[in-house]
Amino acid sequence: MAENAPADVKTLSFEHAIEELESIVKRLEDGKVALEESVAIYERGEALKRRCEELLRRAEARVEKITTDASGQVTGTEPLDV
Amino acid sequence: MPANPAQLLANSPEYTVSELSSALKRTVEDTYGHVRVRGEISGFRGPHASGHCYFALKDESAKIEAVIWKGVHGRMRFKPQEGLEVIATGKLTTYPGSSKYQIVIEAIEPAGIGALMALMEERKKKLAAEGLFDEARKQLLPWLPEVIGVVTSPTGAVIRDILHRLEDRFPRRVLVWPVRVQGEGSAEQIAAAIDGFNALPDGGHIPRPDLLIVARGGGSLEDLWSFNEEIVVRAAAGSMIPLISAVGHETDVTLIDFAADQRAPTPTAAAEMAVPVRSDLVVEVSSLAARALVAWKRGHDDRRTELRSAARALPGASELLAIPRQKVDSAAAALPRALRASTNVHHRRFTRISGGLTLRVLRSQVAHAKQSVAATSARLSHCTQVGLRHRRDRFAGLAVRLRTSRFANAQAQRDRITRDDERTQRLFERARRALVTLLQQHETRMTHSAKLLAAVSYRGVLARGFVLVRDDAGRALRSAAAVGSGARLTLEFADGQVNATSDVNRTAATSSSPGSSPKSQPRPASSRRATKPADQGNLF
Repeated sequence: MAENAPADVKTLSFEHAIEELESIVKRLEDGKVALEESVAIYERGEALKRRCEELLRRAEARVEKITTDASGQVTGTEPLDV
Repeated sequence: MPANPAQLLANSPEYTVSELSSALKRTVEDTYGHVRVRGEISGFRGPHASGHCYFALKDESAKIEAVIWKGVHGRMRFKPQEGLEVIATGKLTTYPGSSKYQIVIEAIEPAGIGALMALMEERKKKLAAEGLFDEARKQLLPWLPEVIGVVTSPTGAVIRDILHRLEDRFPRRVLVWPVRVQGEGSAEQIAAAIDGFNALPDGGHIPRPDLLIVARGGGSLEDLWSFNEEIVVRAAAGSMIPLISAVGHETDVTLIDFAADQRAPTPTAAAEMAVPVRSDLVVEVSSLAARALVAWKRGHDDRRTELRSAARALPGASELLAIPRQKVDSAAAALPRALRASTNVHHRRFTRISGGLTLRVLRSQVAHAKQSVAATSARLSHCTQVGLRHRRDRFAGLAVRLRTSRFANAQAQRDRITRDDERTQRLFERARRALVTLLQQHETRMTHSAKLLAAVSYRGVLARGFVLVRDDAGRALRSAAAVGSGARLTLEFADGQVNATSDVNRTAATSSSPGSSPKSQPRPASSRRATKPADQGNLF
């Protein structure tokens, strides 16, 4: 289903994705959507759900420390252990 | 020295000024090599171009000069400020050259909380007046940041608290910018870290954070002082990345809290503000997905039910077609019978009509037509004669009318000519009379003019007895001088001409003529006088 959905789902932020998913659920629950459209938006809702789940899955902690040179310019990062 | 009795009397050692000064210097510097002195900063000047600061410390009744060397000032946590009550630590030194002493300050700290609070309050007012704390400047925090930048000490409980709470709620990528959070240089480092995060390019090697947390654990007002420094407050206010301040405990307030987009009471609270709870979101997403599925399925079921009931109401196709089909069948069956019947009818009609069609009928019709032609032709010739006669009568009538009207017309023309002739006669008579009258008028005018002409003519003068003298060329002579001796003259009288020769005796003529000589005729008179003196009496 994800292949059929508009490509921009892949770039949506979690916030936007879940907002749109909520609005799709509301419309479906109202039951006033035409059959063909209901299929289309259900598919999009499915894609949005996947996007949300993907973003939630990507919740991995990665902690780094900024390193700077003598003049205070950023040179890079290194892992930080606490 | 012992030679001087006065000095013996004084019984005390004698110093040179230099000796005394250096003795004093030693005494002062040894005794006060490390002192703490409390006083108010007064006459603060600095840092100078050299980097040193000069001012005085004073209380109600005394004053001591003070100096802070450049290197010391750079390291100071609290920068000296005019009017601030401080406790200064340092040593006294003297100037032997001018009998002065001063304190060289190594460290300085505000004298008590009150002084510090007053300083903070004053700074807050100033920065608020600049609008740095305006609500309108506050940015909204991102709901779910991808990368979080933390400005704090890399060691200690604060960063651990933050990371733990993030881990619990929603693990994220965290960039820590290590800084000193108290002591000398800390304010500059914190400000540089905030600016540094802001300066990271989007999509660069190091990701630019969506959110900043500036954090420090609890401590005394002095410990937290770096977060009241103007440089830090300005960096926080100027940050384009939304910023949460989490400095000290809940009760601690620093100026960065006013400039931040959100103030967290503790570092842990800052982490809570930064991210939502992941598990909640997971539940929310799956519940939304489940609701979507249910709603969608229900929609399908409803439609299916509708379809079924509609299908039941729909009559069968054979049922719909039965009646039309029956009609077609019966019509098809009737068709050949009807055709035959129709052919029979037409045949009978043809037979009936063709029976009447014979040669005799045709002949009688021709004879009838012939009779009709003859009758019509007789009527035609009669009509032609009648019509001709009628036209002839009409022509005769018209010819009579024409003759009569021509005669009348000629008579009318004759009468008109006669009238015009009479009128011409009358006009001719009037013209003749007018011409005669006009000629008479002209004649009268001419006679009158002739009389006038005769009256003004020289001949009139001649008639009165004057003479016109001409020379032999016929020119009128106007003066005696023009008459030469023996000249041939012609004398013209009214009644004729006489030729004469002049015999000039000019003296008599000239003496008598000038006064009485008119313009033309008198002159010849004078000349005539010469030849015919007898006429002179008649002349005048």
